Amino acid sequence: MALLEVKNLHVKVDDRDILKGLDLAVNSGEVHAIMGPNGSGKSTLAHVLSGKPGYEVTGGEVTFEGADLLELAPDTRAARGIFLAFQYPLEIPGVATMTFLRTAINAQRKTRGEPELSTPEFIKRVREQAAKLSIDLDMLKRPVNVGFSGGEKKRNEILQMALFEPKLAVLDETDSGLDIDALKVVADGVNRLRSPDRAMIVITHYQRLLNHIVPDIVHVLSKGRIVRTGGSELALELEAKGYAPYQDEAA
Amino acid sequence: MTAELTPIKTAAETGLAEAFIELRSRLANGVVAARREAAFRRFETQGLPHRRVEEWKYTDLRALMRDAKPLAGVPDAAAKARAKSAGSMFAAVGARRIVFVDGAVVPELSDLAALERGLKISSLADALSRGLPDVVARLGTAGPAEGDVAYALNTAFMGDGAVVEVGAGAEIARPLHLVFVYGSQRAAAVFSRSLVVIEAGASLTLIESHEGPDGVDYQVNTALDLIISEHARFSRTKVNAEGSAALHLATLSATIGANANVSDFAFLTGGQVVRNQLFVQCAGVGTTLNLGGASLLKGTQHGDTALLVDHTAGGCQGRELFKSVLDGASRGVFQGKIIVRPGAQKTDARMMTRSLLLSEGAEADNKPELEIFADDVQCGHGATSSALDDNLKFYLMARGIPERNAETLLIQSFVGEAIETIAHEGVRDALTAATLHWLAGRQ
Repeated sequence: MALLEVKNLHVKVDDRDILKGLDLAVNSGEVHAIMGPNGSGKSTLAHVLSGKPGYEVTGGEVTFEGADLLELAPDTRAARGIFLAFQYPLEIPGVATMTFLRTAINAQRKTRGEPELSTPEFIKRVREQAAKLSIDLDMLKRPVNVGFSGGEKKRNEILQMALFEPKLAVLDETDSGLDIDALKVVADGVNRLRSPDRAMIVITHYQRLLNHIVPDIVHVLSKGRIVRTGGSELALELEAKGYAPYQDEAA
Repeated sequence: MTAELTPIKTAAETGLAEAFIELRSRLANGVVAARREAAFRRFETQGLPHRRVEEWKYTDLRALMRDAKPLAGVPDAAAKARAKSAGSMFAAVGARRIVFVDGAVVPELSDLAALERGLKISSLADALSRGLPDVVARLGTAGPAEGDVAYALNTAFMGDGAVVEVGAGAEIARPLHLVFVYGSQRAAAVFSRSLVVIEAGASLTLIESHEGPDGVDYQVNTALDLIISEHARFSRTKVNAEGSAALHLATLSATIGANANVSDFAFLTGGQVVRNQLFVQCAGVGTTLNLGGASLLKGTQHGDTALLVDHTAGGCQGRELFKSVLDGASRGVFQGKIIVRPGAQKTDARMMTRSLLLSEGAEADNKPELEIFADDVQCGHGATSSALDDNLKFYLMARGIPERNAETLLIQSFVGEAIETIAHEGVRDALTAATLHWLAGRQ
């Protein structure tokens, strides 16, 4: 059985049908890219997988490690190993990044019935991962994402992913707002986290991210359904031809 | 035939009048007695303020104050015993404590030994009974709060309080903590009045805390006259942790000289009906003023912050940030007015009030006002009230933090932004701990 199985998923937002029968199976160790034009439902899929309120599932099912995912609260999903890297990471004034990271990691451990990390152990892990992402410790003393540049915010997302060690990471438009240098740092961070025990879903509008994070499988999402699946060469084809052919196909 | 119009007095107004007659009969005649008399007449002509009085629009004292309690007597041993642990939230600060129980200073609980050079502390009751002219002269004559009814009542009935003087150039490193405790289990009224004078170039960090037993409907009317000279630095943190049924009216009447640095922070969790009034006059150029507050209210608590900042001299910077967290059916009120007088050019004043509503039944009333009579100033104000941000909550939950904890973290963050403006780290830590304690009490 696949790690994540999405079968015939139908989702409404504000009474509009966004996902209309989406099927997807992701195994551990695989990196899937989901590409598609604006409004095709890419971010909706990311949000439904992570449990954001406001999305009404009207049909289909989603299982994670064989269990029904849709009935779980977002924090439980996180503790079970699902991580969403936000397209627009939120700013939380008044909460130091360090405090936030520690609260999150220990909350996940508590939900899983594991002991909390000791302070030295936690700091050791943060330092190790932060260094790999060129995040200095001063940044971690500042409130979460407040005053961070676009690149710093995305690196902070990848730092969280590295610390939480999820089984499934969903990266929602991680390339948006990044210049080429920042993109490379973030992509290298993601690549280091590729592992046989971890699956990734990389959601993107543009092919350029996939030059840096080379996917095993590429899906084209159009009008709420996956309309084509192929290898990494499919991304190049999309770059050359655009999404126009698929928008007709799905109609 | 002439019809005489006599306004109908409420039970509380009648009670206050009777209490004043009784008080007057006990006190000697003199300058102070005349001051009390004049203040009481001012109250009598206005009566208790009600909702048609603009400054008290959201705090109808006539309705909220049903009766006048008898003046508190001398605290007994049991009341003093209860006061021993009062103000312990600041234990780690290591402040010099002056303890007042039921409005009267208790020397055996206070630390008056080895005062720093330049620091003078005495009892107001003592100064008044001896008629000390320099104290009497500086006690709120024509100060910024003059004319306010709660302040007038305080002047009429003032009992004890602290008289603190910091001499020119004296920098007092150790914070001073005025601990006000209501120690009796029976309801009475306390009128405390303090005077703090910071002379040129001097500095002081003041903590003021108020607490008392839950379920006793005692009444506190407290006032602080503050006179800050040029180049002086002063900061006050006032904590209101009064008992659950208490009525607490507090007035700050501050006059600030040139190039001073003054900050005031009010932390409110206690009391049933609370009004904290700040009358601040920036009378000298180049002063930096920071006023802030955090109110955490639940149940049917009513917490009102009334602010009047009067810039009579130019080139001052004013920052005001007030936050309230409102749960249950509580009501948070903020009325803030900044006046920039003609000639107070280059005034830079910003006032912000934010309310976080945690329940359907909570209410926030915010009324910021600017009155600007100078043409080269920067002034702004803002007011927001909202529920917790669902997107922020989701971000935290998506990181594995359960809903309740996510809410707690967000409320802490909301309050933290205001607390962070306090310069003294120990005081900041104490208020952060008190915020967490309040949050832990939310179911």
